[in-house]
Amino acid sequence: MDIGQDESQSIVSRSQDSGVRKAGKIMSLREAVAEFVRDGDSVALEGFTHLIPSAAGHEIIRQEKKDLTLIRMTPDLIYDAMIGMGCARKLIFSWGGNPGVGSLHRFRDAIENGWPEPLEIEEHSHAGMANRYVAGASNLPFAVLRGYVGTDLPEVTSTIKPITCPFTGEELMAVLALNPDVTIIHAQQADRRGNVALWGITGIQKEAALSAKKVIVTVEEVVEKFEARPFGIVLPSVAVNAISIEPRGAFPSYADGYYDRDNSFYEAWDPISRDRDEFRGWMERHILGVDSFADHLRSIDTEEAAR
Amino acid sequence: MTGTVEKDPYTTDEMMTVAASRELRDGAVCFVGIGLPSEAANLARATHAPDCFLVYESGTLGAKPDVLPLSIGDGVLAEHADSVVSVPEVFNYWLQAGRVDVGFLGAAQIDRFGNINTTVVGPYGDPKVRLPGAGGAPEIAASAKEVIVMLRHTSRAFVEDLAFVTSVGYRHGGGSRQELGYSGGGPAVIITDLGVLRPDPETKEFVLTALHPGATVEEAREATGWDLKVAGEVDSTEPPLDEELRVLRKLRARTERARGTRA
Repeated sequence: MDIGQDESQSIVSRSQDSGVRKAGKIMSLREAVAEFVRDGDSVALEGFTHLIPSAAGHEIIRQEKKDLTLIRMTPDLIYDAMIGMGCARKLIFSWGGNPGVGSLHRFRDAIENGWPEPLEIEEHSHAGMANRYVAGASNLPFAVLRGYVGTDLPEVTSTIKPITCPFTGEELMAVLALNPDVTIIHAQQADRRGNVALWGITGIQKEAALSAKKVIVTVEEVVEKFEARPFGIVLPSVAVNAISIEPRGAFPSYADGYYDRDNSFYEAWDPISRDRDEFRGWMERHILGVDSFADHLRSIDTEEAAR
Repeated sequence: MTGTVEKDPYTTDEMMTVAASRELRDGAVCFVGIGLPSEAANLARATHAPDCFLVYESGTLGAKPDVLPLSIGDGVLAEHADSVVSVPEVFNYWLQAGRVDVGFLGAAQIDRFGNINTTVVGPYGDPKVRLPGAGGAPEIAASAKEVIVMLRHTSRAFVEDLAFVTSVGYRHGGGSRQELGYSGGGPAVIITDLGVLRPDPETKEFVLTALHPGATVEEAREATGWDLKVAGEVDSTEPPLDEELRVLRKLRARTERARGTRA
């Protein structure tokens, strides 16, 4: 695990040394997670409430990955599930909640009561996290910003330190670069050469991908050619290690151009996750007890229809 | 219905939203949080401030949502936006660069100097309640030219001592905010469901300056965890205009319908 940029080697050359940075290759999500996510890794599954890589989170749970340092600006339901299933040793984040609904009960239970195991936390503001990814993607050891001064965050977060501007003497704040072992994002499309297209709110995904040593992308579909879209971005295949086709892979969040948020699922998550036994039972029925994300979607539909 | 005239045809939450929306000037660049702030800002945009420029932290610039966003990543924010940029860009090039006139914040807890806690209740290492955390608030509080805070007035929210300072208001009062070197001016007003608080120009302590119709000074004092100071002359907030209520309720109804069809 290597959160900070603590060696002078670049991210890309390190990944090339390990022989994994080939042009994007299409493989099953099961293979991608098995090959690239190791116990103890730092893993960022990013998505700023849009294009959340839910399918990949489920696969991590099914493969019973352990001791992960999970990174995400806005940990939500899928992080709640991974934390509640004991995948995480540590969480690096800036806002943890069920957006528009309320608390994340598994996240809170882990922090407040150490269940299912104690969860170390490292918390920042959104601006701090965003700049940490920028520094990581830029192969710099830290980023500088105007913020945090006068708040209690520097007292509890060791990756925030004051720094003096060498030109003006002004005191600013430095935040340590983030270089996840693996970043996983969900995108709308890939093409056959392994390039990846995202559009709508693209949040922090580009920076999260380019700061990582390995990158897995799940996509709605593979197309022959991308259409030009306002504010869309393309992540070239050389920056991607694996592509897995997972239609509805961001459910229950949005995928602009494909589906809207399933708000009823966000609301349903509150009672599902509130009680430890209820949560375990639900996870066993709908995640551990199925083979794929497509099966998961069928299994919750069947249970819903039986009600 | 017995045919008596309904004396109070709006809720205290509606009064709070309307009062907050009135604070937003037309043409202002406004950085908006999800929830109550987003509702107030969009009410302003649909009434007296059609040219206010809404910025959401997901990177949508000049957002014009026709229904309230369910979350910060809601496509409705990008749909009619003038531009959509990355998260580092919205925080660095827009907020930190001083392009934001007004920041609109909610809070879990606030103190007499407008400092905000959204992190934890109880000791940090052994919390009683773990709250969501900082999100975009610390830098909005630091760099927006002025900040409007809105939250319901309860003694659990308006506290003598914050368990944790997530976002800075006037720090310890007086000139102590200036020592932090921030370009933003700090919280200009706190709007609650009972009334309006504004900072004393010298001490920077928040003082009750207006009450919404039906609310009393005693009620506001009761709901404040410190010895709340009251202005010599307390204004009475103008009740919501028919137009404000009509637009707000239509916005809510559209949002509810959209939630229903999305589910």
